[in-house]
Amino acid sequence: MILRLAAQSLMARALTVGMTVLAIALSVTLFLGVEKLRTGARASFADTISGTDLIVGARSGPVQLLLYSVFRIGNATNNITWQSYQDIAARSEVDWIVPISLGDSHRQFRVMGTTPAFFDHYQFRGGRSLEIAQGAGLNDLYDTVIGADVAATLGYSVGDPIVVSHGIASFTAHDDQPFRVAGIIAKTGTPVDRTVVVSLEAIEAIHVDWQGGAKTGQSTPVEVIRARDLTPNAITAALVGVNSRLQIFGLQRWINDYAEEPLMAILPGVALQELWQIVGVAETALIGVSAMVVVTALIGMMAMIFASLNERRREMAIWRAMGARPTTILGLLVLEATLMAAVGAVLGLGLLYLGLFVGQPMVDAAFGIWLPITPPTLRELWGLAIVIVAAALASLLPAIRAYRLSLADGMMVRI
Amino acid sequence: MTAPALSLKDVIFTWPGRGGFALSCPAFQVAAGESVLLLGASGSGKSTLLSLICGIATADAGQVTVGGTDLGGLGAGARDRFRAEHIGVIFQQFNLLPYASVLDNILLPLRFAPQRRARARDGPAQAAHLCAALDLPEDVLTTQAARLSVGQQQRVAVARALIGAPPLIVADEPTSALDAATQDTFLSLLFKQTKQAGSSLLMVSHDARLGPRFDRVIRLEDIVNTQRDAA
Repeated sequence: MILRLAAQSLMARALTVGMTVLAIALSVTLFLGVEKLRTGARASFADTISGTDLIVGARSGPVQLLLYSVFRIGNATNNITWQSYQDIAARSEVDWIVPISLGDSHRQFRVMGTTPAFFDHYQFRGGRSLEIAQGAGLNDLYDTVIGADVAATLGYSVGDPIVVSHGIASFTAHDDQPFRVAGIIAKTGTPVDRTVVVSLEAIEAIHVDWQGGAKTGQSTPVEVIRARDLTPNAITAALVGVNSRLQIFGLQRWINDYAEEPLMAILPGVALQELWQIVGVAETALIGVSAMVVVTALIGMMAMIFASLNERRREMAIWRAMGARPTTILGLLVLEATLMAAVGAVLGLGLLYLGLFVGQPMVDAAFGIWLPITPPTLRELWGLAIVIVAAALASLLPAIRAYRLSLADGMMVRI
Repeated sequence: MTAPALSLKDVIFTWPGRGGFALSCPAFQVAAGESVLLLGASGSGKSTLLSLICGIATADAGQVTVGGTDLGGLGAGARDRFRAEHIGVIFQQFNLLPYASVLDNILLPLRFAPQRRARARDGPAQAAHLCAALDLPEDVLTTQAARLSVGQQQRVAVARALIGAPPLIVADEPTSALDAATQDTFLSLLFKQTKQAGSSLLMVSHDARLGPRFDRVIRLEDIVNTQRDAA
């Protein structure tokens, strides 16, 4: 009966209560939304590469290797010789190995040299493979397959010519050897979307007339280049899949101890963990800000209860005359606050899922972050419970004031 | 002989804090089943006296006894419970929780008084019976209290005071918000139902014309001395 009366009392003040509940709901939505975005971004980052057991590169930092080889952020400090690559490829543990050669660019997009095996083995978002949306794969030396963002941004379609620039943000172009867009990769939500893929041999071919990073005077005709052996001397990194997951650490140790050249093999997941530790500060700040918004909403609720106390003194007097103790009145106010917070929390959760439902495709298209619509996690439910408990605690202040007022007023209030 | 419904003896009370309003009542009794009208203007200690009788305030000295129980011997929580069990209260106006249904309003005191709830047996049926007896429309129970007229609200307040037949009904100027015609019907219904429940009735008013209906009429200043410090 008390619960029903509390609910009816709230309903009778629908406007102010509604505003307060809405504020709580929005703050809860923001709080959970930030949490969802955070985990979604993490998952998307983690989903950028799947099925790859080891990434091999020149010895540097694991995060750096991960960033330049998978995310195309930053540059390699050094290369791997083709000999080392073949030594690794020859190991019995290795199921497949895909070389990657980076360093050139087309407009704002990176150019990556690799082998057709890249399209067979590169997986993202829990085992999905790359799909050619239009055209075909790499067949000719001067074929290129471009990511969806490259095609969309530069307005390319299959058959268009492309000139690759030397280096990144450079003015020297490999304009003597133009490429042709052979295919466009379907949108993946990974850095592949912003990559121009060419064959490993093509990277070698466009650098035939280059020495030490500068163009020599001569210009070898294309026919001569085509006739040459275009096996590269060095590559930037390699993606490796092993036969059995049990062999990962053995192979990693072997590569790290490789005597001919300082190499490094990393587990993508472990390197990602290190990356999280770096971005963790920003995440914490974001969570902190959204938590403050929740606190603000609860303070708003507290102010609303305080403001209502005076006009409810008559009501409190009736309760007292009917035999309610001052503690009952305290409990009634805390109950009302708890109800408001509970409704706010549930409404917030509803708004979150509505937002997810509407925003999921947009966020995916704009940022390549896939927000999965899953039932609330235990952590999120705990968050909601904490909001409700915090509301109950916050309401104690006005409730104690009501307690004091009802002690002083008794059942005689002169209005 | 049954204990008087209400008995005050050598009561002295001073409101705590500043203001220094003091009240003393050497002796006052209401017999079981008796109806008494206390005549007094506002500011004559009426509210303080009612607070003492209802156990909201406790006397500094002397005894306030309701139905044989000395309120001074009870703790604050026990006094609240005692009030719910033994006293039905009717205010001048704004008696009801405006947002609640009439039924919930009538049953509210039973929520805090298990014995009285047991006496009422079937609370909702009892409420319906009282409403019918008080000439309230049949569908009134499910109506929100705020939708009723002032006269109807006062009658619902009577039903609430009488449910579970508490031994003492305390009414604080219950008719002052009503017009003359409604006042008369209201009082007739109040008397009839109080008599039927076997309760004593203590009504406070400034209106001496109500006198003839009561067993006894007492001027407040004859039983109570008040003192207000200028300081």
